[in-house]
Amino acid sequence: MSTRTIQGQKNLQDIRQASKDGIGGSPLRPDGNLKVKGEFAYSSDMWHEDMLWGMALRSPHPRANILSVDISEALKLPGVYAVLTHEDIPGSKFYGLEIQDQPALAIDKVRYHGEAIALVAADHPETARRAVKKIKVEYEVLTPIVTEEQCLAPEVHGYVHEPHEFKSHGYGNICHEQKLVSGLGVTDEVRALADVIVSGTYEVGMQDQAFLGPESGLAVPAEDGGIDLYIATQWLHVDRQQMAPVLGLPEEKVRLTLAGVGGAFGGREDLSMQIHASLLAQRTGKPVKIVYARDESFFGHVHRHPARMFYEHGATRDGKLVFADCRIVLDGGAYASASPAVVGNAASLGHGPYVIPNVKMHAIALYSNNPSCGAMRGFGAVQAAFGYESQMDKLAAELGMDPVELRQLNAMSEGDLMPTGQQIDSPAPVAELLQRVKDMPLPPPLDLDDLDVRALPGALSNTSHGEGIVRGVGYSVGIKNVGFSEGFDDYSTARVRLEVIGGEPVAMVHTAMAEVGQGGVTVHAQIARTELGVEQVTIHPANTEVGSAGSTSASRQTYMTGGAVKLAAEAVKYALIDKGRRRYGWTHQDITLAGGKVVSESAGVLVPMVDLLGDEAIDLTREHHHRPTVPFDKETGQGFGHVQYTFCANRAVVDVDVELGLVKVVELTAAQDVGKALNPLSVVGQIQGGCTQALGLAVMEEIIVKDGKVRNASFTDYLIPTILDTPPIPVDILELPDPNAPYGLRGVGEAPTVSATPSIVAAIRQATGIALNRIPVRPEHLTGTL
Amino acid sequence: MRVTFTANGKPVEADDVWEGESLLYVLRERVGLPGSKNACEQGECGSCTVYLDGTPVCSCLVAAGQVQDREVRTVEGLAEDDGELGLVQQAFIDAGAVQCGFCTPGLLVQTDALLANDAQPSDNDIREALSGNLCRCTGYEKIMDAVRLASARTCAKAVSE
Repeated sequence: MSTRTIQGQKNLQDIRQASKDGIGGSPLRPDGNLKVKGEFAYSSDMWHEDMLWGMALRSPHPRANILSVDISEALKLPGVYAVLTHEDIPGSKFYGLEIQDQPALAIDKVRYHGEAIALVAADHPETARRAVKKIKVEYEVLTPIVTEEQCLAPEVHGYVHEPHEFKSHGYGNICHEQKLVSGLGVTDEVRALADVIVSGTYEVGMQDQAFLGPESGLAVPAEDGGIDLYIATQWLHVDRQQMAPVLGLPEEKVRLTLAGVGGAFGGREDLSMQIHASLLAQRTGKPVKIVYARDESFFGHVHRHPARMFYEHGATRDGKLVFADCRIVLDGGAYASASPAVVGNAASLGHGPYVIPNVKMHAIALYSNNPSCGAMRGFGAVQAAFGYESQMDKLAAELGMDPVELRQLNAMSEGDLMPTGQQIDSPAPVAELLQRVKDMPLPPPLDLDDLDVRALPGALSNTSHGEGIVRGVGYSVGIKNVGFSEGFDDYSTARVRLEVIGGEPVAMVHTAMAEVGQGGVTVHAQIARTELGVEQVTIHPANTEVGSAGSTSASRQTYMTGGAVKLAAEAVKYALIDKGRRRYGWTHQDITLAGGKVVSESAGVLVPMVDLLGDEAIDLTREHHHRPTVPFDKETGQGFGHVQYTFCANRAVVDVDVELGLVKVVELTAAQDVGKALNPLSVVGQIQGGCTQALGLAVMEEIIVKDGKVRNASFTDYLIPTILDTPPIPVDILELPDPNAPYGLRGVGEAPTVSATPSIVAAIRQATGIALNRIPVRPEHLTGTL
Repeated sequence: MRVTFTANGKPVEADDVWEGESLLYVLRERVGLPGSKNACEQGECGSCTVYLDGTPVCSCLVAAGQVQDREVRTVEGLAEDDGELGLVQQAFIDAGAVQCGFCTPGLLVQTDALLANDAQPSDNDIREALSGNLCRCTGYEKIMDAVRLASARTCAKAVSE
């Protein structure tokens, strides 16, 4: 195509349209074909000649001293190649995302149900299972520290981490805390300014990421004494940073390649089997594969922090918010994981997208003997949203106002200040998003003459034919930050190579970005097409041969690594144009690349890219840093702490069987500002998926923990929404560009997970008139049998 | 023990199979067909769905010995003979129904079975038929779109043939 171009051709419009798969389009996923053919290699599909299977022995107790570990019987089992305890670790025995407080294998004590104590490598998974059962551990079982009251009285109930071994920033059993005061704070004088005051205590259960692809990977010992690990993760480089010291290796000898990732949602931010498989591979000299079964997956990753929150809001008679007083207690479980950052989010976003002149906030994360909690989609903003949005409905009822109008009256917009003092310096269309979901047509009312039980509460259980069913409608809006906050420079790196292959200009994009299903690989190719004017783009496998891409979390990857791809592609573009200037003496100031050609707006086509490139490849790497932020002041919570904010509004319509307490979400509408939809199909997919996880938290999903023990570690007992539980999810997308962000885009993935849950609970409240201060809402909450 | 069966039209033989192994394990680890996925190993998620003698089953719940001399068809067997994607496979890609893709193999087999029985299912029929297949990424909307698209293309193909 390019060789037929006539120099000076001026129909640039046609040339540009050739690149329809650039940004703003919805080209198909580059990994789609492999995925539908069953040929995409997920981490659990890794296979190597002579590989062994690794497995961990996990504690049945949430808190115990380990008196002895006897591995002799396990070692005698034929087919067993190694059994390891902490004594076999060659390097540091601790690791952690933010605080290195977690032993790679338990040392003398266990702090949560499911903590790994020993490892086995064997020639068959069943051999490994049997060997694990033959390891004899003698425990001194202790009473677990599990409630807020117990955690806050360590002198009575004990320390999860003894003071002499305490590594976090907190004290006692407090892992981390963040206070915030803005305006006049909340004093008696401020309270007196309010005509009405509403308060409530709200609870959020422990949600699981429940990605379908279990934690898994293959560690291969290398000839240089290092380890090659094929792994499903969210951030290759931070895995390596935590692994290398434990393995006693320099980082360059720990090489990670991303294997296929079966979803993540925060649950792969922490290490799971990475160190374990590598230790076994080091010891045996053989490749070791570990694949968690579903029950082990529930023990093998952190969860969403359960929360207990107290909120008090004051307003004037006409609905203007005067103050908000909030206390958020998050249960971080045994180890720190991402608790400090989750606390920072809860404290700084916990008042919602509202202008509130006076705010007092205190957010803490506890250490306890419950399962560790850390990152999950929404990250501290989800819990708080249930609190503040429940309060908005309560306040609207108290004032006799429409709940949407009350929210709109207090909605923040561009130019307003967050309670942290940070000014919102890009669009914040909170009121408009609410209006958009309100204005969407409602689904038709239940037609009793034309019922299909499958669409009713209870569905295929055939529990109702329309009797006892009441409909409700609820609204909510939420706020989430994009990118890592509080002074963290979570930069991304991208390498872009442009060369001629088969007579066509072809771009290659190489990053360490973890594609976890979100479609980053599609977007990277789109960016390269747009910037370089090429059709053919290949995506290099993600690995640690290139610099860090940061984490696939915090709704940041398109912003950060997409931004890095843009910078690298622009650098390649300018290098190519400079080459042309040197060769041809161009003096035009309006040169760009389009349709495989170097073009000038004024002079038309200058030269086909293949002619200019010749045999040379242009191969450049760039880092993308977002604008700097600062940590929040410990006492006042003030500071320019977040990179970007993102907002979503929802309307939920529910049918409730008020006799049985069963809920069917009939429709869940979302309106979100995405700045610029680089790939509209993927953007809608993110919003619908995020809404559905929020639905799960509203009415289904909770890890039941009793006295520190997990009671429902399976998909039989931990229920996530099926296609029958999930309603139509109409999505309205707003594109108001953020001048600070690449292409004006706004991170997409988390905002709907923050905002959708409260709308569903509000709808159930409207249908039933029941207060509902805890999620997930269960049938017994609705039938009064609790 | 030795297990011999037909997988995607070809005879296969697996040796040294432990009696406790599932069909899923044998497919994934012994005969080179890792397309079917293991996400729960107790028949809840549907990721391991395959045809066994023409009926969709959770292969994690089928003991390997049970498939002796029987016919298994997996996601790897859904493409056309010439290697072109099957109609259901293409519809899932086109509709944006594939994100992480871990649930996709099972959903493809289940959708294939649904449309073979009823080329024009209602939305509630689709939801019922796929209610045993968990997806954590998409919120199912694009999966509904994919099945509707595959249905429309199936009908269009029937008319043109």
